[in-house]
Amino acid sequence: MTNEALFPVVGVITDIRRDTPDVKTFRVVTPDGKKAFEHMPGQCAMLSIPGVGEAMFSITSSPTNTEFMEFSIKKCGCLTSWLHACEVGQMVTIRGPYGNGFPVETAFKGKNMLFIAGGIGLAPLRSVINYVRAHRADYGTVDIVYGSRSMDDLVDFKEIQEEWKNEKDFNVYLTIDRPQDGWDGHVGFVPAYVKEVNIPTDRTAILCGPPIMIKFTLQALLELGFEKTQVYTTLEFRMKCGIGKCGRCNVGNQYICKDGPVFRMDQLEELPSEY
Amino acid sequence: MKKISCENLSKLYSEIASLQELYLPVKESGVTNYKKYENGAEVDIKTLKTVKSAKDFFFPQTEDMMEFKVNGKNIEINDARKVANPFVIFGVRACDLKSFDILDKVFLQEPVDTMYKAKREASTIITLACNNPEQTCFCKTFGIDASNPAGDISAIIVNGEMLFEAKTEKGAELLNKLTCLEDAGDTDADAERAEIVKKSENLPFANLNLDEFKGENLMKLFDRPEWAELSKACLGCGTCTFVCPTCQCFDIRDFITNEGVRRFRCWDSCMYSEFTKMAAENPRKTQLQRYRQRFMHKLVYFPQNNDGVYGCVGCGRCVQKCPQNLNIIKVIKKLGGKNND
Amino acid sequence: MQKLNELALEKAKTLLANGTVARVLGWKKGELGYDLEPAVFYSESDLEGFIYNAFSGANLSKYLIEESKKEGKVLVFLKPCDSYSFNQLVKEHRIVKENVYTVGIECQGKLDVKKLKEKGIEIVDGVIENVDDVTVISLGKEYNFVKEEVLLGKCSVCEKHLLSYDEVISLHDKRTPKLDRFEIVKKLEAMTADERYAFWKGELSKCIRCNACRNVCPACNCLKCVFDNDASGIASKANSDSFEEKLFHIIRAFHVAGRCTDCGECSRVCPQAIPLHLLNRKFISDINRLYGEFQAGEDDVTKGPLTAYTTGDAEPSEVFGGNK
Repeated sequence: MTNEALFPVVGVITDIRRDTPDVKTFRVVTPDGKKAFEHMPGQCAMLSIPGVGEAMFSITSSPTNTEFMEFSIKKCGCLTSWLHACEVGQMVTIRGPYGNGFPVETAFKGKNMLFIAGGIGLAPLRSVINYVRAHRADYGTVDIVYGSRSMDDLVDFKEIQEEWKNEKDFNVYLTIDRPQDGWDGHVGFVPAYVKEVNIPTDRTAILCGPPIMIKFTLQALLELGFEKTQVYTTLEFRMKCGIGKCGRCNVGNQYICKDGPVFRMDQLEELPSEY
Repeated sequence: MKKISCENLSKLYSEIASLQELYLPVKESGVTNYKKYENGAEVDIKTLKTVKSAKDFFFPQTEDMMEFKVNGKNIEINDARKVANPFVIFGVRACDLKSFDILDKVFLQEPVDTMYKAKREASTIITLACNNPEQTCFCKTFGIDASNPAGDISAIIVNGEMLFEAKTEKGAELLNKLTCLEDAGDTDADAERAEIVKKSENLPFANLNLDEFKGENLMKLFDRPEWAELSKACLGCGTCTFVCPTCQCFDIRDFITNEGVRRFRCWDSCMYSEFTKMAAENPRKTQLQRYRQRFMHKLVYFPQNNDGVYGCVGCGRCVQKCPQNLNIIKVIKKLGGKNND
Repeated sequence: MQKLNELALEKAKTLLANGTVARVLGWKKGELGYDLEPAVFYSESDLEGFIYNAFSGANLSKYLIEESKKEGKVLVFLKPCDSYSFNQLVKEHRIVKENVYTVGIECQGKLDVKKLKEKGIEIVDGVIENVDDVTVISLGKEYNFVKEEVLLGKCSVCEKHLLSYDEVISLHDKRTPKLDRFEIVKKLEAMTADERYAFWKGELSKCIRCNACRNVCPACNCLKCVFDNDASGIASKANSDSFEEKLFHIIRAFHVAGRCTDCGECSRVCPQAIPLHLLNRKFISDINRLYGEFQAGEDDVTKGPLTAYTTGDAEPSEVFGGNK
């Protein structure tokens, strides 16, 4: 096929991992076993099952992974339900990468990082976190505050416990909404936990999660003394083209697929809150 | 310059059609739209506003992109794009011509939309000046001169004769092939053009004030309470967007055929309730939001991203076609600034 | 006829002022003299924009689905045809009748802007309406027309009369239409199948699937149309197969059969001038023949012939012949 923007290539799902009751992580390579294309953390790709649908997903594996791409996908609509039901060996179509991604090589470089995620919101951040791990010397301290409804809903729990927690200068703070048998960690919502941990304001913060969590966490950060210019987030919207032409994913004059999905909070403040 | 008597235009159409596919405004079942020229077609060059605009040539309402062969877990992708054969569009008015510039800014911007580009390059555009601009025309508000559109060849009717002038090499090449045309000699169109300019100037919406529509007013305009009143009667149909020469939102959909799955692109409308709907959320839930999006896009967002060029050419199709008489003139008058009454 | 506007305006002002209603659903002046738009007026100053004249063609009843569910009563002006839609919507439990104050208003037919344009009228400075003729003033010129020349299609055959209302504003008897609305149906029925197919193919192939007909139709009041449902596989997007648009209109006509009041809005709004109402009118004609004369929306309680089963119901094959 071609490498034109709206025309995908074939990909094969080579591994499916259940992360939570409603999130699975899919590993995708081309039929000859290669990565479909290179990307930067925070960028997205269009995945499709012909006849079912095509949708934009955050690439959750790190660019430093040279062998495959991964997508952590929550079951919530037509296409995602279909993907959740499929087996290894299933072919999909894939095109991308789309979007600006996180400024890991510019604004983030040399900074202490604070990642805050809720639920499936960890998925897009996993790519950045693992990128930071792979270029450990380029970044300072890393704090991760991550919460979910329950222990079972924590995405990448194994990777967090076995790898991230052991990384040098990585502090991982996990929380779940309600107490649960077998959980001896923190219980409570993310925004409150962020304030409780009292993270120093010399961090560059990245927020990802449900809109309501973003709203209250941003408030918590501002109360801690963070500036909006220090806080980034990544947005979600219905998309069809991925290249700023089909006309639906704009917030004000910014197209989420092209100018986003990563925005700094002070930039978002200048745009209508229609997202 | 070349010319032909208007009485002999069918000769011209036949001759062009013998060289390339020719599309021009044809009246059929009571309405005028661009159609492929065939002998006996009721060509209608009096009607200024075809129902569907000329954007259809480059961005058709629906076009096939690819076909998928699905076999168990396997997928094979095959190109289903049609090759764009050279074609001529005759009778494009200044407003529609300008709409191509606007569409170019979207589709030819990197990454280039090759489906659009191929058709754009395959076309030869013969424009036609508007001898009698209508009351609903307001192209002048957007700096468009109805008397002198360019294209590859520009045509104008003067005293029962149609005059032609090549504007590009492609245009000159076609013009030179046309044996039914005679040399225009010293006939010129200057007086007729001046007359058209005067008529355009006197139209009721020729000089709408657009001052308020600028990027720095984005939030202020977005929050204007008048959107509620302006959008109240909106039915949420797609008429305005489908007759609009600059509306270019599209959808990409799959169609399950006997042989496999065909993926096609088709027009979509920001007025439709499911336009931005996701599995769990919809950022534009109300018709007010969708209505506002359409006009903010044309009058604020688009110029903000494209050096001040507005996303409206003042053709007035929406003015004629909105079922409930909502239109961009009412929006501009309400929000555009002083002296709009 | 200009008096009707004054009376309506006065009525709206009074009922707003004395608190009988909280808002008024009517028609608002436009920019070209003929481009009236449906609007809600909340105050006397809002009502400066109100107008009722020969261009008040839009049927307001469907807006009541939303408006009658809001706080306070809404005053609505209903032309005869609008009131049949109103009744039908009440019958289908879409309008909260208690929240609506209905004022029936005389109508002698509304003008078709497309027809005026064909007569060379592009802007309207004034209109003087009589029962059987109308004078349109445009750019300093006066044009006089017999009504039949310039009426909306739906108006030229209208036999509807003012139904029961809270109040009525009427000064003249309703004009009797000079045309029979089923004449055109008979013409279509007289065609051979091939001719009829060619006719509908020509008309329906103009469809751009803008959905204006569906969205304006008072009988199309599903909360979510099947054609808007992504999961249905038949979402309302033009497909590369041109047969789909034919099916769309036919399915829609079936769905509103027995409920369609023949208000004619579908044809009024179609940007491609497709005579969509003919599909509905054919159904009305068939229903009349099968089950006896029935006018949807004549009242707000009677069950329609397609929703009320009786053992005496005719078999279509007995009436039209052919196989069961």
